[in-house]
Amino acid sequence: MKNIFKISYRNLLRNSRRTLLTASLITLGVVFVLVYTALSGNFKNYMIGQITDSAMGHIQIHKKGFVASVENLPLDKNLNKKQLEYLETFLNKSKYIQSYSYRIKFGGMFSNFVTSTNIRLNAINPKSEFETLPMLKNRFEGFESLGKGGIIVPELIASGMKVKKDDTVVLVANNKSGSVNGINLKVAGTINRISGPGGRDGYIHIDDAKKVLRIKDIEVSEIVIRLKDNDMLDIALEELNPILQKLNVNEKPVFEIHSWKKLSPFYNIVKMLDIMNLGIQIILISIVLISILNVMIMSVYERVKEIGTIAAMGTPPKTIVKLFLMEGLLLGILGAVLGSILSIIIVQGLDMIQLTYNFGQESNLILEPVLSIKDIIVVSIVVIFISLLASISPAIKASNLDPVEALRTN
Amino acid sequence: MIEVRNLKKVYKVGALDLTVVNDLSLNIEDGEFISFIGPSGSGKSTVLNMIGCLDTPTFGSIRINNQDINKLNKTQLAKFRGENIGFIFQNFNLIPVLTVYENIEYPLIMIQNLKEEERKKRILKLLDEVGMLDQKDKTPDKISGGQMQRVAIARALVTNPKIVFADEPTANLDSKTAYLIIELMKKIQKEHNTTFIFATHDEKIVSNVDRVITLVDGNIIKDERVSK
Repeated sequence: MKNIFKISYRNLLRNSRRTLLTASLITLGVVFVLVYTALSGNFKNYMIGQITDSAMGHIQIHKKGFVASVENLPLDKNLNKKQLEYLETFLNKSKYIQSYSYRIKFGGMFSNFVTSTNIRLNAINPKSEFETLPMLKNRFEGFESLGKGGIIVPELIASGMKVKKDDTVVLVANNKSGSVNGINLKVAGTINRISGPGGRDGYIHIDDAKKVLRIKDIEVSEIVIRLKDNDMLDIALEELNPILQKLNVNEKPVFEIHSWKKLSPFYNIVKMLDIMNLGIQIILISIVLISILNVMIMSVYERVKEIGTIAAMGTPPKTIVKLFLMEGLLLGILGAVLGSILSIIIVQGLDMIQLTYNFGQESNLILEPVLSIKDIIVVSIVVIFISLLASISPAIKASNLDPVEALRTN
Repeated sequence: MIEVRNLKKVYKVGALDLTVVNDLSLNIEDGEFISFIGPSGSGKSTVLNMIGCLDTPTFGSIRINNQDINKLNKTQLAKFRGENIGFIFQNFNLIPVLTVYENIEYPLIMIQNLKEEERKKRILKLLDEVGMLDQKDKTPDKISGGQMQRVAIARALVTNPKIVFADEPTANLDSKTAYLIIELMKKIQKEHNTTFIFATHDEKIVSNVDRVITLVDGNIIKDERVSK
């Protein structure tokens, strides 16, 4: 094999300009794919992080029918104490779950004593909510936490109603049975909105919600779950599903469980990014395939007499195949290595420059592309495999040449 | 020993059948220094290619050392050539990316898979015999035509073949170099008892071989021993 490598390597050097040109094309393709993967990966991870770490968590459990009527924020589809006790035992034991938080979601009227407006609210236990959504605090403006008697107002309502920190406001809401109740709350701060469901909701303490909604016992709209690792999402769902199904009544489910992928429309953008990534990889594969195929076919045509000579000397056909496969392989490896090195340099350069971009309402987001070893290895393996694949046909053609005909060629 | 019986080669040219070799039979003993001569198109090279296991006859049989080569497939033929036959070409056909030493080494690595020590011993001995020891690290483009043919001879002999086929080996050499190359091949033939079979027009070769077979239109018209 060492000798096959030596001869193939020297054959590539024989036409160094062509070799360099082909390797450059492959390098360019690899750079294009890896840099795009790093950039789109950065955007994707940022958005997924925003959604899972500051609004939705990884998984949510509701009473059956809640998600379908979530726009109405129904209070009659809350999980009761018995159901929560049942779920808690499993949630506490699961090896995939890091933390979870209870929420009461409801709508009400928000008044600054002059004007009033509708408001959607998440009533939370701040400790468990902040554990479950570690980036939630980053959205807060002007305060650190939320205590009883406080309200975190969405920034749009705060600016529209001209309320600021420490102002007293009134929150009026209907409870499950339809009776109206109201409480005074102090503005603890405002919260930035983000894309996706719940991204424009305000926050109050769960005890305040129980007071205004006249909930005596514990009762929640949803359980928000944070996993130890987002990659374990499917496994965690598989673990939780049968547990929830145990409480089915007449084979009808009592609970419904959703991952952030089902709940957030952003997941479609993620899928689109993945499809675009795949498209770019297919373009790369085409570049590699055509480049190597072209070079190897040229190589066979240029060296017909030489192939005839080595065949006449008794070189087995499979050795001739190996010689040409090795040339294609070396071209692929050269392109993959150069492309990977160049991509790392470009990505590190972009990290240093710290370019910013805007997305929706969010501005000055820093572009921090990250190139993972996994991506480099996957792209390199694909390029090298395709290089080998593209060399097969010319290699077989070379091995099938009739020595007599080949030796006659000038 | 080579036994050729009723050898026939027909090429299809459009709708026509062109018979290049017609019912040719002969025996060649081990260690003969033999030449096929004849005008262009007489079938010399075709006979050489068939006996050299490069081409297959349309009809007839070829036995080399009791092996019926018609029964061998492509891979078996390649193996047989690698173990029993050496070739010297008109245009030398050295591999341009390899040095003189590596060109001679090529069949030992790629075909016979010999160990490095044994390879080195054989190559240096042959390089010395063909007078190319001091040029061993040069690539073919750095040496003359005569030197290239010496390397080609060393490459043909390095596998210790029983038979060497040489198709117009002196055609691209000047008279003096051609003479030296013929002398070299004669010397090697005597030392190694290798059968040398030429296809040539070159009188210098014809006057130096032990046997001359004249072909015209694919038929042997004369087969004579040359007395020295």
